[in-house]
Amino acid sequence: MTEELALESIMKKTMYEKIWESHFVHQEPGQAPLLYVDRHLMHEVTSPQAFEGLRMSNRKVRNPHSILATMDHCVPTKNRDLPIADPIAKKQIETMAENCEENGLNLYDMESPDNGVIHVVVPEHGFVHPGMVVVCGDSHTATHGAFGALAFGIGTSEVEHVMATQTLPQQKSKTMLVQVDGKLSKHCTAKDIALAIVGVTGTAGGTGYVMEYAGEAIDALSMEGRMTVCNMAIEAGARAGMVAPDQKTFEFLEGKEFAPKGEQWEQALTYWKSLASDDGAEYDTIITLNASEISPQVTWGTSPEQVIGVNGAVPAPESFDDKGKRLACEGALKYMDLAAETKMTDIEIDYVFIGSCTNGRIEDFRDAAEMAKGTTVAKGVTAIAVPGSFHVKIQAEKEGIDKIFKDAGWEWREPGCSMCLAMNGDELKDGQRCASTSNRNFEGRQGKGGRTHLVSPAMAAAAASAGHFVDISKLG
Amino acid sequence: MEKYTKHESVAALMNRNNVDTDQIIPKQFLKKVERSGFGVHLFHDWRYNADGVTDNPEFELNKPAFKGAKVLVVGDNFGCGSSREHAPWAIADYGFNTIISTSYADIFYNNCFKNGILAIVVEPAQLDALMEEINANEGVSFSVDLESQTVNTPAGNGFSFEIDPFRKDNMLNGLDDIGLTLKHVDKISVFEEEHKQRLPWLWA
Repeated sequence: MTEELALESIMKKTMYEKIWESHFVHQEPGQAPLLYVDRHLMHEVTSPQAFEGLRMSNRKVRNPHSILATMDHCVPTKNRDLPIADPIAKKQIETMAENCEENGLNLYDMESPDNGVIHVVVPEHGFVHPGMVVVCGDSHTATHGAFGALAFGIGTSEVEHVMATQTLPQQKSKTMLVQVDGKLSKHCTAKDIALAIVGVTGTAGGTGYVMEYAGEAIDALSMEGRMTVCNMAIEAGARAGMVAPDQKTFEFLEGKEFAPKGEQWEQALTYWKSLASDDGAEYDTIITLNASEISPQVTWGTSPEQVIGVNGAVPAPESFDDKGKRLACEGALKYMDLAAETKMTDIEIDYVFIGSCTNGRIEDFRDAAEMAKGTTVAKGVTAIAVPGSFHVKIQAEKEGIDKIFKDAGWEWREPGCSMCLAMNGDELKDGQRCASTSNRNFEGRQGKGGRTHLVSPAMAAAAASAGHFVDISKLG
Repeated sequence: MEKYTKHESVAALMNRNNVDTDQIIPKQFLKKVERSGFGVHLFHDWRYNADGVTDNPEFELNKPAFKGAKVLVVGDNFGCGSSREHAPWAIADYGFNTIISTSYADIFYNNCFKNGILAIVVEPAQLDALMEEINANEGVSFSVDLESQTVNTPAGNGFSFEIDPFRKDNMLNGLDDIGLTLKHVDKISVFEEEHKQRLPWLWA
């Protein structure tokens, strides 16, 4: 190789490296590099102690315009006109409002028509653009990687750090290319891709990496679908997941409230088009999946990696060679009250939840409504549909989606995180089993003793009327 | 932040993998607006009986031999899931200042060091040896020395560990990360001006 060619191959960069380098501020010898943060998203649960820290040390928010805040985790999804019954949740909501007022921050409070789940409302307003560094005290911040941004979750001390300095000390991550070739089969969705990836990597496989999703199946996804895939990067252990921006990204952003306008739009477009990974850029790891081989996914255990196609059966602990996975399977079957070899389609459910930052967008409700149309929720099953934002809710109502759900016996709720993490009073009772479009099936996540099966919105809606999981890939 | 130097303490054992932050501190306790008082809720769903008050004798940390432990020895991928810093707050408030495992989830790992918790990474064989030693002698004390980056145990399962020098220095001196970054505020301002020139629409 000539010197020139060698230099050229060194110069080829991944999207992650390009964004990293354009946000590198300074590195003191022996210390972590300081990375500049463009956008800081906030909700009521992980921010109060950060504001308290700022006050105690007499520090100010450096760039109030970089922050967008909402209330989502603790907010009720019904009777929103009544005061919040839980006094501790009420205090947290009030504290958020006071902190935003005091620091001059843009807040979509409970009464705002823009209110909703942080990772749903931020894209609705075009607040995140390609090439940005975006943080939030929330592990599902990777959602915004769908726009070709470097977006990742941080702890509350780091929330305080970013407010005070607009930077974060960050070690550079390794890069993983997740190549999803081929086409998805009918009724298979972005959620099935996301779950299948976690099934391949395990929940720790992505630790230390930033994932970049690429390939025919990713290109074919809508922006909503890409958000769903990126949203679950953390479930594979990766703090960030990203997709190169393309025409769909630009069309989604154009005209949104915080998108660049006029001459700056053209300027921004030129910059955004330069962000994709260079051909021949090197990744530390590459994994490959074929979308045509992904069937509708259902988790059977208490970790998102414990996942299988709906046409499969609950695995036996003995089927795992790895001691840790065998033990985890034993524990999960006990908690989930499932016998090995049970066909997934024989598992009966008590509850269905459609919503969350993973699957609370308009496309998710359209998919689910297609399945729910003309059906009736099975006897003994409670089914709730919780839009990710008021905008999603209103759009769905314009399309008559609320009516489809209500006619089928579903509850049509107000937006919020709701049963994804069950902080707001929407929760499973001990022993109840739920088909859920959320992102985590940990023990007790949806209520103490509750049993969660993660699925796509279409799978959740099909299960609601059947009373058990259904292989929707067999439907016309 | 309190300085971390040298400690000798009972080492408690949780032989579980993939312990997630929903288990470390269940969501019903995330509504507080303060940083303190989370220790009593640590591992709530495993730790207490159905009444939520009395100790579940089956839960490992409730063993009398582990009372007062400052060192927690635990299985792979500890702290996975949610970013909630309430998890390390609860761990520290309960009394632990050291965790020994083969691996941690990224966000949790960062959060530990910001709260005076030394999260030590060991090889799987080393972890097995430590677990065996605790099983054979419940209530055994380990000594941890951050300065020399060593852990010593009575049965001779001692080892040295790696730690990022910046994190080590901060822990030894109890330094505040934000204060350190603000020493470079001029550089941040210069960067910000250039960034504005390059990407003006971010400030539009």
